[in-house]
Amino acid sequence: MSKQVALLQGNEACALGAIYAGCDFFGGYPITPSTEVAEEMALMLPRSGGKFIQMEDEIAGIGTVLGAAAAGAKAMTATSGPGFSLMMELLGYGCMAELPCVIVNVQRGGPSTGLPTKGAQADMLQARWGTHGDHQAIALCPSSIEECFTQTVKCFNLAERFRMPVLLMMDEFIGHMREKMTIPQPGELETYTHPRPKIKPAEYRHFGEGTGVGGAYAAMGSGYRFNITGLTHDPKGFPTNRADETKWKMDRLRAKVADHLPELTEVEREFMDDAEIVIFSYGAAARTAQQAVREARAQGVKAGLLRPTVVWPFPDQVVTEALRQARAMVVAELNQGQMILEVERANRTHTRVLPALRYDGEMITPAEVMNVIAEAAR
Amino acid sequence: MSKRHEIRLSGSGGQGMITAGVILAEAAGVYDGQNVVQSQSYGPEARGGASKAEVIISDQEIHFTKATAIDILLAMTQEAWDKYSHDLKSDGVAVVDSFYVKEVDRPGVHKLPLAQMARQEVGIEMVANIIALGAIAGITKVVTRESLEKAVMSRIPKGTEDKNRQALEIGFRLAAGV
Repeated sequence: MSKQVALLQGNEACALGAIYAGCDFFGGYPITPSTEVAEEMALMLPRSGGKFIQMEDEIAGIGTVLGAAAAGAKAMTATSGPGFSLMMELLGYGCMAELPCVIVNVQRGGPSTGLPTKGAQADMLQARWGTHGDHQAIALCPSSIEECFTQTVKCFNLAERFRMPVLLMMDEFIGHMREKMTIPQPGELETYTHPRPKIKPAEYRHFGEGTGVGGAYAAMGSGYRFNITGLTHDPKGFPTNRADETKWKMDRLRAKVADHLPELTEVEREFMDDAEIVIFSYGAAARTAQQAVREARAQGVKAGLLRPTVVWPFPDQVVTEALRQARAMVVAELNQGQMILEVERANRTHTRVLPALRYDGEMITPAEVMNVIAEAAR
Repeated sequence: MSKRHEIRLSGSGGQGMITAGVILAEAAGVYDGQNVVQSQSYGPEARGGASKAEVIISDQEIHFTKATAIDILLAMTQEAWDKYSHDLKSDGVAVVDSFYVKEVDRPGVHKLPLAQMARQEVGIEMVANIIALGAIAGITKVVTRESLEKAVMSRIPKGTEDKNRQALEIGFRLAAGV
């Protein structure tokens, strides 16, 4: 079969990536600028034997996704800011009940209904802390159409392996942009499906072994009996108030991410070997940063780029090391300063950290980033 | 072609500017083998309001995704011209619809009867965007005619092939007269 080169929108590439990963359920409610993800899934899922359901709102949408996940489906939803806010309570349920699913947020300007047709990266901390209670988050952030595809596949793999909701934090710029990409052939990218238990049903504990990462777990209706609930629960899933069981559950939830940080650290580096001014940027803004780094180099400024593709968990160690190496770090993002707070938290060396921010619905330009690089170089 | 070409197609919502942008990007990217980024900006409304699509074509990797120094501008309405012509380069090429755009504040603008030809020769104004693409490709050679025709055929509704082929032909004819 010859390689297929196609001109795709980010949202289309995301949907194609989901199908590639084996997604067989989509539930949601359409919202600009994410609607094309739902449209494509509504077209493709019936053809591949999957199910698509449009619910009455985003709360019900994520509800169906969690239900489908519990029943063993590879499930996803896609939304934008207002819908993402509505999903926060059930996102926490997904974390607590350890339900693997993928939630795509094609970020637009906010707060509230904000700017439906314009892009932003202003839900980055909501992705981490939007649902209440101590919990972990895994979130990826694509900067190109190809990454919309490959990272969606990766989101499903991580969800299956870590047994938790995984977030794809796109933005309107990437979601509605078109680039050409070569569609990966079957088998070209890794697709992971969690193993099913082989032990006798009577011996099965749904939240049994270790942290559950990479382990086997059963689907509801498959003959293995277990309970799922948003209440703190014991290894069989039944509610508990006991301090020791509560601590066990909370430690388990934390450890499944905290114990696998190297696997969950993914940072692209450009021109970093001798970089004195390091730009930290992600998603659509990183495209501008890539241009700015090259323009700075052309002017003799030793600039480099750190571009995390996994944004949560935050790549503390990589950023701390880069800050140690750099004279200054410029954080380019499309909000009033969100991930810069994490950069400052990781700053052990009192290195200067400067913001390059834009939050008027338009894309930050290389000239704007260059101005901050010039200030950093002074 | 060894440089970055920034093309902006602007008009009113519903005039098919985004469709035209997608077609141009597909012609350049998929069929001509260039690197390409296509983006757009539009308001929350489905019809009306200024609308623009931008296409960046380059033989190099494209990092920054927006057009800021326009090489080729299409304006289908006066509002689009007024709003989107400010960053057209001094040596840039401008094509405007001669019926809807009356006032242009620079010399050398190609005023072409895009909507008028669509109505008179094809019978529907809807294909004015395809006439415009033909004219732009004819004048600037930013994409090959063969690739543009393939891209048009792959992106239009079934049953409209003849009208769109005719529109493209008119566009190249207008370009030949420039």
